[in-house]
Amino acid sequence: MKNKILEIRWHGRGGQGAKTASLLFADAAMALGKYIQAFPEYGPERMGAPVASFNRLSDEPITLHCGITNPSIVLVLDPTLIDSVDVTAGLPEDGTLIINTSLSPQEIREKLNFKQGKVGTVNASLISKETIGREIPNTPMLGALVKVSQFLTIEEIIGDLEKKLKKKFAHKPEVIAGNLAAVKRAFEEVVLG
Amino acid sequence: MPAAAKTGNEAMAEAMRQINPDVVAAYPITPATEIVMIFAQFAADGLVGTEYIPVESEHSAMSACVGAAAAGARVMTGTSSQGLALMYEILPIATALRLPIIMCEVNRALSGPINIHCDHSDTMAARDFGWIQIFSENAQEAYDNTLQAVRISEHSKVKLPSMVTTDGFIISHCMERVEMLGDKEVQDFIGEKKAEVSLLDVTKPVTIGALDLQDYYFEHRRQMAEAMKNVAPVILEVAEEYSKLTGRKYDLIEEYKLADAEIAIVALGSTCGTAKVVIDELREKGIKAGMLKIRVFRPFPAERIAAVLNKIPAIAVMDRSDSLNTQGGPVYTETCAALYNHPKRPKMINYIYGLGGRDVTLDDLRSVFSDLQSIDKKPLFNYLGVRD
Repeated sequence: MKNKILEIRWHGRGGQGAKTASLLFADAAMALGKYIQAFPEYGPERMGAPVASFNRLSDEPITLHCGITNPSIVLVLDPTLIDSVDVTAGLPEDGTLIINTSLSPQEIREKLNFKQGKVGTVNASLISKETIGREIPNTPMLGALVKVSQFLTIEEIIGDLEKKLKKKFAHKPEVIAGNLAAVKRAFEEVVLG
Repeated sequence: MPAAAKTGNEAMAEAMRQINPDVVAAYPITPATEIVMIFAQFAADGLVGTEYIPVESEHSAMSACVGAAAAGARVMTGTSSQGLALMYEILPIATALRLPIIMCEVNRALSGPINIHCDHSDTMAARDFGWIQIFSENAQEAYDNTLQAVRISEHSKVKLPSMVTTDGFIISHCMERVEMLGDKEVQDFIGEKKAEVSLLDVTKPVTIGALDLQDYYFEHRRQMAEAMKNVAPVILEVAEEYSKLTGRKYDLIEEYKLADAEIAIVALGSTCGTAKVVIDELREKGIKAGMLKIRVFRPFPAERIAAVLNKIPAIAVMDRSDSLNTQGGPVYTETCAALYNHPKRPKMINYIYGLGGRDVTLDDLRSVFSDLQSIDKKPLFNYLGVRD
């Protein structure tokens, strides 16, 4: 039963939007009829301090309410976290690590001494600067996640985001275009290795 | 019915918005803060007609609730842990004055040591104040239970306050799929509040909360006990009506794969959801495991519990609070009492678990079911997931 639930962990620093990303992804999945959970790890959170956030996604109702210790996908919003946080903790043999970095999957593997599973790299910081105009890596990471998880299609997540952003930024259309472009670019640029 | 992605707190705040109470008086406390924060925004935005009273403490919040309810208003509040503890002095007064106040209570460990995470010690410490207590497994139940509580509390045979609880952070801050009714459907379901007496009705002046000594205090306490006896049938009646509206069925207890169970746990709140996964897993291996989930802890559905559990040879009762009484947690002692006069008594052991938000993992629950397979080797009182 558990293998039908996709479990995801997001690592970021307070203020980078790890929680928002998990909420957005779950919300998009729910709009497409999936069952979802999104919850942050609550500790003494402060701007800049390491934080984590989680998702469960399934085609069927989810009754589990314990913590997530063996996520099949881990996303890292801030590359400097890999020096201080064990981001691969609990990743199963076939798990995937997706990281916002300018490095290649091979270089990340060497740095982390991580030999199993898959590693996806994407320069989400650069993409967000070029598309949105600010460094908010969480939005492009959604595109990378869609590519790797294959849980939603890129059209589905783009469609859902567009609907939500249109409501929120009705008077700032450039924000909408920038965010959508960021998701698409990360979807295309994520490198798996 | 539209589904929305809501946290437990958001689901409860939405239920409050749809109920549109006359008065809400509250003081923020983690992890219940969002409930009243979101609701205060609804009030500020004019989405509800509620008189929102910001107060300087939970003691004042409950006092304001009592005053407003005595004036005939439909009244709600929300709190958690130390906030609930600060209300303790006023809680039994709401009961005695027969005021159907509804509280959204987010279960959080009582200090000390200071902790903001989930256990049931706050709610369990309030179990003998004459409040109806309804536990929610998830955000959907938090929403559904809040709406039903209004009807239960305000029923003419009941007129007792209710607290609807969720598990702190685990449910209060977890976003899930929640199916909501339309605003009008909720209004039609809860109906208009009819107060028999009101402090504001100057044509029929009444005294509320008068001194009540040796002559009548006892009779009035007896009336409260009678009112509490009326609650269970009202809960079932309201649940029946609610299920016609939503398709979701509620009862005093939920039986999960109990009919032929040989080993079972008794639990309440979010842990029940995790336990269902373990039970499904065991069933696939041919092990006859089951669970009795207690939805309504007050009034305690003793007869129903005894009728279901007496057939099961080995039972573990899970307590997410510790009475520190050297004879088991509150759910255990009450479940034992429920079965004591039954001709068939199962062997029952107790586990204190998950205090202060300690995660309750699948492996933890697997170990409980594994213990149950050789229950005679286990002591009566056990702690799960704690370092010795």
